[in-house]
Amino acid sequence: MSQNVNAIQDHVQLFHQPEYQELFERKRQFEACPSPEEVQRVAEWTKTWDYREKNFAREAITINPAKACQPLGAIFAAAGFEQTLPFVHGSQGCVAYFRTHLTRNYKEPFAAVSTSMTEDAAVFGGLQNMIEGLMNAYALYKPKMIAVCTTCMAEVIGDDLGAFITTAKNEGALPADVPVPYAHTPSFVGSHIDGYDNMLKAILQTLEGKKGDSTGKLNFIPGFDPYIANIRELRRMLTLMDIPHTILADNSDTFDSPNTGHYVLYHGRTTLQETAQAINAEATVALQAYSTEKTRDFIQTVWQQPTCVLRPFGIQGTDAFLMKLSKLTGKPIPPELEVERGRAVDAMTDSQAWLHGKRFAIYGDPDLVLSLLAFTLEMGMEPVHIVVTNSNEAFEQEAKELLARYPNGGEATVWGGKDLWHLRSLLFTEPVDLLIGNSYGKYLWRDTKTPLVRIGYPIFDRHHLHRYPTLGYQGAINLLNWLVNTVLDELDRQTILPAKTDFSFDLIR
Amino acid sequence: MRQIAFYGKGGIGKSTTCQNVMAALAELDQRIMIVGCDPKADATRLILHSKAQKTILHLAAERGSVEDLELEEVMLTGYRGIRCVESGGPEPGVGCAGRGIITAINFLEENGAYEDLDFVAYDVLGDVVCGGFAMPIREGKAQEIYIVVSGEMMAMYAANNIARGILKYAHSGGVRLGGLICNSRKVDREVELIENLAKRLNTQMIHFVPRDNVVQHAELRRMTVNEYAPDSKQAEEYRILARKILNNTHLTIPTPLAMEDLEALLVEYGILDDEKEYERATAADAAKSLASV
Repeated sequence: MSQNVNAIQDHVQLFHQPEYQELFERKRQFEACPSPEEVQRVAEWTKTWDYREKNFAREAITINPAKACQPLGAIFAAAGFEQTLPFVHGSQGCVAYFRTHLTRNYKEPFAAVSTSMTEDAAVFGGLQNMIEGLMNAYALYKPKMIAVCTTCMAEVIGDDLGAFITTAKNEGALPADVPVPYAHTPSFVGSHIDGYDNMLKAILQTLEGKKGDSTGKLNFIPGFDPYIANIRELRRMLTLMDIPHTILADNSDTFDSPNTGHYVLYHGRTTLQETAQAINAEATVALQAYSTEKTRDFIQTVWQQPTCVLRPFGIQGTDAFLMKLSKLTGKPIPPELEVERGRAVDAMTDSQAWLHGKRFAIYGDPDLVLSLLAFTLEMGMEPVHIVVTNSNEAFEQEAKELLARYPNGGEATVWGGKDLWHLRSLLFTEPVDLLIGNSYGKYLWRDTKTPLVRIGYPIFDRHHLHRYPTLGYQGAINLLNWLVNTVLDELDRQTILPAKTDFSFDLIR
Repeated sequence: MRQIAFYGKGGIGKSTTCQNVMAALAELDQRIMIVGCDPKADATRLILHSKAQKTILHLAAERGSVEDLELEEVMLTGYRGIRCVESGGPEPGVGCAGRGIITAINFLEENGAYEDLDFVAYDVLGDVVCGGFAMPIREGKAQEIYIVVSGEMMAMYAANNIARGILKYAHSGGVRLGGLICNSRKVDREVELIENLAKRLNTQMIHFVPRDNVVQHAELRRMTVNEYAPDSKQAEEYRILARKILNNTHLTIPTPLAMEDLEALLVEYGILDDEKEYERATAADAAKSLASV
């Protein structure tokens, strides 16, 4: 039966119809599919140690890497600044991809433009595209700042952004005083966390004001953190402590704003003026290390400003964060936060029996993984497989040191540069109780039946998770909620048959 | 720190000139790094006394990624403490050499290769064929370009093209043309011709390097003239050029010639025949073929 306009069937039901089933069968014949037995045999073989060894010996292919590309991180950073238009020098398809990726995660529209490079631009260079692109973007969208990054094509042909932008300004494409920071962000180098770093550094460099008297403020860099509620939580904590601050950059409203009936193009909260003054802050605190390396180096060497990395995740992490802030500013930690801490610790003890000793695998960006490791280790959980595609030596060292501080960290292996297909082999040969990662873990859950706790980026197939903080004591409670309730859900699934698997006839078992 | 780049037609003697001049500058206690930007990787052999240096991209290809390299592996120290790096590139006919140069120079910057230096010299292959080969003249890199040229037609064509490349970047960045270095091919009236070309390009002929077999003898021994025959006349020529570069203040934005003007210049010096001569020759050919019918 074909579709009826009055009751459109979702593809979930649609493809069960006999005509589709028939079609699938004909397709099988036509494509000469191997027999189901043969498919089953090979599928079973991919679960073995033999296959795992072959899988880990592979060199020339990556399957489902747990990372995205540089420009994605660059426009994520740019979106945090006041009236700033993310502008990508490259082909339209790339920008469509970044926008979709962000929109599917946040369920919010996201604006970014491209210079629409085509084959002609690849041959003759993208100068003309840059000039016209800047002219159109400025005329149409009236940005205060245009943040330029690149894609692979522009990088391979060696387009010189600095020269192009100056030329565009000389030719009157846009007024000379409109700041146009630029970052080279080839997609084939590094990952989105490097793109974030490169763009943020470029913006700070471009907007940099005069070095003068201290503003008495602290700068905070969230890093590539998909949980925009973390920025709000950070702001709340800083307000409670009465610490004057600048967040570089605050994109929380960009990815979570009310629908007022009027489309608002720009939501970046960090003003250009306060960014210019960031040079005169007392210090800069980064909440992530590996998405801020170049930016911190710039702040330290050029601005001569002290920087540090503090990860306010889990109890110890948040404690250390607050105490360091208190030390830096001389302001006491307010009782409200102490009470919050008490609540978080109480919640953790409530659930501890369900999480203690739970073996788990985790994958994601280096900083995200470190903050989750800190919390799960505090809970007495046992990390086993740690997969970080966009890894680096310093991260691996830091992770090993963290693991070594806990008796329950002894079994973990940090797999740098590996992908989710590697992780699949790990999960089959050395099974665990729980898997922590982004939406792409769904396929691993499907294959290996390991329950998945969705934490990370991107999360396309569940809603609203980014609206909850993972940072601070409140964040610890949210993480705890996601972890323990996944364990309990799985327990229900395992005890679902009365008298067969469910013997106690007890609601909570 | 001054960053300079040598450009010029392939085979004109860029690498030889660059290394000989740098050796002479090192003699004046300048701390120097040579960055070879040519997939052929022959820009440092006279300084290192070796056949060819291990290049950045060669090692990167071997290891799988440029991130796996250490600076010490690709930066060698040769004659008079001159530091040498070769970007290298893909096999002929594959990949993208221009991107290779971008990758190599980014690697050097990120790994702090530019510290404690007075001079960085980029030795860049032939014409500026794509954006990658313009990497050395981007903002924050080479500010002075020296074009190695001779009185031969194709060398001057190339020089004019390079001047066009520099002009593209001169108004947005700070890159300037430092002068033409005439590497003599013993063409008639070569000095006058190149001086004239230099004037038209709004620059100078900074030095005329005469042809001398001692250069070949030194090269055979993988040495600069400065090392092989320090007292020779040729070694002195390179010293003069080195001092001229050291004291050069005549840095200009070039005014490249239109093709007709360049050809007119060549006709004027008898290197190219003029239109009349061309018509006469083709008419004669036509008459001949008609006669044979």
